[in-house]
Amino acid sequence: MKVLNPLAAIFHPPPTPGLLAVFGHLDAAVDAIGRLRAAGHTDFTVYSPVPRHELEDALDQPVSPVRMFTLVGGIAGCAIGAWITLYMSYDWPVVVGGKPIGSIPPYVVIMFEMTVLFGALSTILGIAFNALFAARRLGTVAYDPRFTNDKFGIFVPSESARAGQVESLLRGAGAEEVRRA
Amino acid sequence: MADTAPARVTYDFVTRAIARTLGNPGKGYFALLAAAVALLAVGIVCLLFLLRYGLGLAGYSHPVYWAVYITCFVFWVGIAHSGTLISAILFLFRSGWRTAVYRTAEAMTVFAVMTAGLFPLIHIGRQWYFYWLIPYPNERGLWPNFKSPLIWDEFAIGTYFTVSTVFLIMGLIPDIAAVRDLATGWRKKLYAITAVGWRGTNEQWRHYTRGYLYLAALATPLVLSVHSVVSWDFAMALVPGWHATLFAPYFVAGAIYSGVAMVITLLVPIRKLFHLEELITVHHFENLAKLCLLTGMIVSMSYFTENFTAWFGGNPHERAAFWYRAFGPFWWASWTMNICNGLLPWLLWSKKVRTSVIALFVVSIFVNIGMWFERFVIIVVSLAGEPFERFANATYNPTWADWGIMAGSFGWFFMWFLLFVKNFPAVSISEVKEVLPAPKRAKAVAT
Repeated sequence: MKVLNPLAAIFHPPPTPGLLAVFGHLDAAVDAIGRLRAAGHTDFTVYSPVPRHELEDALDQPVSPVRMFTLVGGIAGCAIGAWITLYMSYDWPVVVGGKPIGSIPPYVVIMFEMTVLFGALSTILGIAFNALFAARRLGTVAYDPRFTNDKFGIFVPSESARAGQVESLLRGAGAEEVRRA
Repeated sequence: MADTAPARVTYDFVTRAIARTLGNPGKGYFALLAAAVALLAVGIVCLLFLLRYGLGLAGYSHPVYWAVYITCFVFWVGIAHSGTLISAILFLFRSGWRTAVYRTAEAMTVFAVMTAGLFPLIHIGRQWYFYWLIPYPNERGLWPNFKSPLIWDEFAIGTYFTVSTVFLIMGLIPDIAAVRDLATGWRKKLYAITAVGWRGTNEQWRHYTRGYLYLAALATPLVLSVHSVVSWDFAMALVPGWHATLFAPYFVAGAIYSGVAMVITLLVPIRKLFHLEELITVHHFENLAKLCLLTGMIVSMSYFTENFTAWFGGNPHERAAFWYRAFGPFWWASWTMNICNGLLPWLLWSKKVRTSVIALFVVSIFVNIGMWFERFVIIVVSLAGEPFERFANATYNPTWADWGIMAGSFGWFFMWFLLFVKNFPAVSISEVKEVLPAPKRAKAVAT
């Protein structure tokens, strides 16, 4: 029966084995991140209901590449704005108000609006691509619905041999509960 | 928010209080929704007549060919502006109080632009050719005239609608995920799809917060540009009363003034209907009132400058136009505008007025009336008093088709808004939590 649905492997990948810790307090989660990093863990996932600078600082991640999407989209939009106005003016040349066929000042308005439009849309694409579609293992790591409400969480992928060690580390940092997934 | 929140407002309290707004809203809500749909029905009937019999049904009278529809267009675009101000500009300024009110303001922006966008289409006469506005390759080999402010306007409004919609949706995603995790039944399925897999992981937040920052940074100049471009629809023409360099900042300030007033008008009943008194406090209303006061003062200053320039500039046509405004046949419209926008905001200097929700509600309604008349005065009265065609008959009177479609636009706007606040989190869950103190261990435990 497995052969019948080859897409299942993509849409329903097998769960990643590991430990899921639930924290009621922000500083406990920050503490746990510090201890995990000190112990050499790098591929854990942190859940939080709000973006917090404490978590960002503890994780010390590089700046998101979304900014490149915004920049490229904005420049492309500006170029498209310049291109459509100039091309269309020369393609159907009508003198308006005694001004040159291709007059830049009024076209700046169009170029500006297109910069914003394409910049914004490519930013959305950037967020979607980086955060939603390209996220590794998304949907395979354990999750708890309380993480969008008032709890912080850390998922540490680990084979059963090291699980005991990681569990005591998480509990030591102040996890309210730790469960194997 | 943080400085006014009672101690029992915790993360869990916020999620549950806002998720509760998605439950049964009671009879008051459905009565309002029914009223909005009824108004919309009136508008649709009038619009059908207009489509069948043409623009002759509107009260156009030479030389007044821009009238109530364009007035409504500028009015609704103006309403939209404060939403982006609160959601993008105040976000860049890191003002914490915006978190409780920005979602409503932003939803208002999207629906107001949706309403505004209808009016140019209604106004063009042969409404079924509206797509001629779009530059697309056609068999006639024609392209739009990009030197025309009307085409700039089309690009500005189109961009504004798109960007404010994606900005609203982007902000909603973490909140829909929060609601998804509490919901049951078909709602859980709906929110599971619309939350697009949001789980609040560090990777998601990392890209999301950056992207949100850039969206806000793009929306900020956009919002200032949109009403500037709308003002150039007028300022680029030679009509006395329109042809002024003051117009762009004057329109932007007026837009934010009317928009903030509309936010107050909407928030007062929403807060009551959905019992959000602990999240949207008097402190928020006072801050909104201060924004209203600031922009109201700029608007008053613009009125003064406009009249002063007309007199001091020495152009007899300009002087005549402003004399006609104040003492001509449309004196009632001008003085409604002057009293509602020039005098009424001075009440907001009083802290008593700023902290009384009822007083603010009343003031905000008058501000909206005043701002509608401001556009009416600028558009209709300037055209009626224009000096180019002395033989023109300038007795303009709006007809039932004008009033009916205008009423329909209010119905259309309130219908979308009411449906939104009932079905999606009307207050941002994650951003309200962001300004609350995070739960931390007591000191004794931490050591």
